[in-house]
Amino acid sequence: MADHTLDARGLNCPLPILRARKALKEMAVGDVLAIQATDPGSVKDFEAFCKATGHALVESTAAGNEFRFRIRRTQ
Amino acid sequence: MNTSESRAKRMSMIVTKGSLDWAYPPFILATTAAAMGLEVSMFFTFYGLGLLKKQLDLSITTLGNSAMAMPMLGGHMAMPNLLGALPGADAAATAMMKSLIRKKGVASIEELRAAAIEADVQMIACQMTMDLFEFRPEDMIEGPIVGGAATYIETAMKSDINLFI
Repeated sequence: MADHTLDARGLNCPLPILRARKALKEMAVGDVLAIQATDPGSVKDFEAFCKATGHALVESTAAGNEFRFRIRRTQ
Repeated sequence: MNTSESRAKRMSMIVTKGSLDWAYPPFILATTAAAMGLEVSMFFTFYGLGLLKKQLDLSITTLGNSAMAMPMLGGHMAMPNLLGALPGADAAATAMMKSLIRKKGVASIEELRAAAIEADVQMIACQMTMDLFEFRPEDMIEGPIVGGAATYIETAMKSDINLFI
C-alpha cells in the first residue's frame, strides 16, 4: 500500500528524481511513495538515489515500457 | 546521509559554456546532486555566465560541432560546416533541438535553473567576466553572489566532487 503517488511517465532525466525528491520531502518518515516512470535510466537512477540518500527502495519492477518503484522515506 | 559523516557531501562546478546544449550537464548534475542531499556550488564564468541572465535565449551551432547528429528521417544527420555557416542554419538547428527537448520530456534550462535555485544550489557569478563582457547586474537573476577565482577555490577545497564543464 502506498501513501503517496508520483506519475513521472513521459519525463526524462533528471526530472523523475527531482520530482521524487520533492514528493519525499513533503511526506512523513515511514510513508511510501509509489512512482510510475517510462525513463529506462530511472531504474539505475532510483537505486543510486536511494543508496545516496538512505531512503529504502522497497520495490522496482518493469512491465513493458513502464517502470514502477516504491520508496519508503526513512529519515 | 551516511551517519559517519558529520556534514553533507559537497560538489562544486565551474560552468564555462553558455550554449543550449552545454547548459544541460551543469544544471542536470547540480539539481540531481542537490536532490541526493549534496550541498552544491556553481561558479559561472566566461560564456557560462550568460546562464544567469534573467532572459535566456540559448542557441546551438552546428559549426565545429562535428559529433552533433540529429535524428532525422529514421537515421542521424550531421550538418556539414559549409551548410552550417549559411544564414539561418543555427536558428534552424536550435529550433530542431528545442522541439526534440519538448518531445522527449526533457526539462527546459529555465526549469532546471529554477529547480537549482529552489534546491538552494549556491551560485557564484564571476566578477571578472561581468567586467570583461560588460554584463549589467540588472540583467542578471537575483540570488547569485559575485566573486572571483579565490572564492571558487575556497569552495572547491571543501568539496568532495569538483567538476569543470
